[in-house]
Amino acid sequence: MIDSYIPSHWRGPYTLFKKELLRFWRVAFQTVASPVLTALLYLLIFSHVLADHVQVYKGVPYTAFLVPGLIMMSLLQNSFANSSSSLVQSKVMGNVVFLLLTPLTYLQFFSAFLAASVIRGVFVGASIYCVSIWFVDMPITHPIWIVTFALLGSALLGTFGIIAGIWADKFDQMAAFQNFVIMPLTFLSGVFYSIHSLPPFWQIVSKFNPFFYMIDGFRYGFFGQGDVSPWISLIVVSAFLMALAWLCLKMLKSGYKLRG
Amino acid sequence: MTIPAIQIQNVRKKFGPLNALNGIDLTIEQGEFFALLGPNGAGKSTLINIMAGLLKPSSGHVSIMGHDVIADYQQARMALGVVPQELVFDPFFNVREMLRFQAGYFGRGPENDAWVDEIIESLGLTDKAHTNMRKLSGGMKRRALIAQALAHRPPVIVLDEPTAGVDVELRQMLWSFIKRLNRDGHTIILTTHYLEEAETLCERVAMMKQGQIVALDTTANLLKSHAAKNLRLTLKDAHLPPALLPLLKHGENGIFILGLSEFTQIELVLSELRKANIEIEDMQLLEADLEDVFMSLVGGA
Repeated sequence: MIDSYIPSHWRGPYTLFKKELLRFWRVAFQTVASPVLTALLYLLIFSHVLADHVQVYKGVPYTAFLVPGLIMMSLLQNSFANSSSSLVQSKVMGNVVFLLLTPLTYLQFFSAFLAASVIRGVFVGASIYCVSIWFVDMPITHPIWIVTFALLGSALLGTFGIIAGIWADKFDQMAAFQNFVIMPLTFLSGVFYSIHSLPPFWQIVSKFNPFFYMIDGFRYGFFGQGDVSPWISLIVVSAFLMALAWLCLKMLKSGYKLRG
Repeated sequence: MTIPAIQIQNVRKKFGPLNALNGIDLTIEQGEFFALLGPNGAGKSTLINIMAGLLKPSSGHVSIMGHDVIADYQQARMALGVVPQELVFDPFFNVREMLRFQAGYFGRGPENDAWVDEIIESLGLTDKAHTNMRKLSGGMKRRALIAQALAHRPPVIVLDEPTAGVDVELRQMLWSFIKRLNRDGHTIILTTHYLEEAETLCERVAMMKQGQIVALDTTANLLKSHAAKNLRLTLKDAHLPPALLPLLKHGENGIFILGLSEFTQIELVLSELRKANIEIEDMQLLEADLEDVFMSLVGGA
């Protein structure tokens, strides 16, 4: 087993990371299979309805355009769900106390939850990719950008999930967070369309949405074209990630809502 | 001089306007079996949570095996195992997995698995080692909770009402297990509502009331100094000589309970009865218990 090779000062955060991985893997039907199926249904329906009417980029069929958006949407939602649901559940059940009694530092706590979130997000995203290439011809122009935005996006939402999980005391607060923040930001970020197809006002509004940059940069990796330069997306997404990570670490360090 | 297992210095905790702890000073030596008693709201759990790092004190210091719970929290937490009062559990894993994870958080790896199996066996959880925590009965969950606190082999163990809502058989089993831990050198601190438990198990007792320690002594001394011996008399005449009335605590149907501050007072009782020609049907000396001490110190709050 790998466990024997982990040095003892790494073992605490490694154990938490492993537990968080197993937690979603045990219910993989719900945490992996179901988002993959949902994404495929979106793909099937939207491509059927819109394939002949919309061409967003030159030479890119709408179905192909849609795939990176769907992958990123599921990746973001699942990264968020992993850390947030784990935390809010252990707070409601009370078993978060077992973590708080340990010598884990706030940085280790953060890293373990974050790493598990990234893995779940990337795994779900990769699964959707693997299934969708059976139906759609997908070019890969810049694999580095694909990997970069997949990692940054899942890290950003994983961090967001930790913040939400610490903040929420009840499941309905978490649901509100998901439905009133995460969902609108995702749907209004250009998963299903290019923001160039929007009226100028909404184009400007979209540019304040960090989700737009994650999806646009990710899509650039596939087609070599996007609504903005991938470098701008990289800067915006990295800046958001750093800001959220700073906030999250500050909350964890102070013991906000976790330690009185 | 050895380092105390727990040292609490002038600890105060405020929740808004409420003073939950009002300057607690307490030293518990290594190897002690110590009880923290007090009514609900006395501050016992607050004190435990401060030891465990779940709450920060408003002022004062707490150290576990010489490690400050804030400045040196990692070492302090390594030395401490806490059994929470509530039956909390992680619904995703079975007993053995949970225990291995818990040990892992403290940096313990596969070399610790034998110890985990040993705790599982000692607590009678062997049959349930592969059962999901969710499916355990209340009693089994309580055992798993104790096992979880021990998984990383802490020298100091705090049990917050470990026998609340536990049946007699399991309570006996848990106590013999905890006594064994103490014999093996662990320091045990417990809170309990069952005073007879504290009386039979613990060498030393602190009684808390409204955020303060109102009594702190060995169990034997507390019993000696605070509780009078009670004498239960059954008299044929159904009345007590007037000279004995000041001692009377309770009297009904010819049965009288007299409170004695010392044994020698029995002499007085007997001579008074003889003088009044009252025949004794039955006489019993009742041992005082911690409940008397507790009531005299804490009661009437």
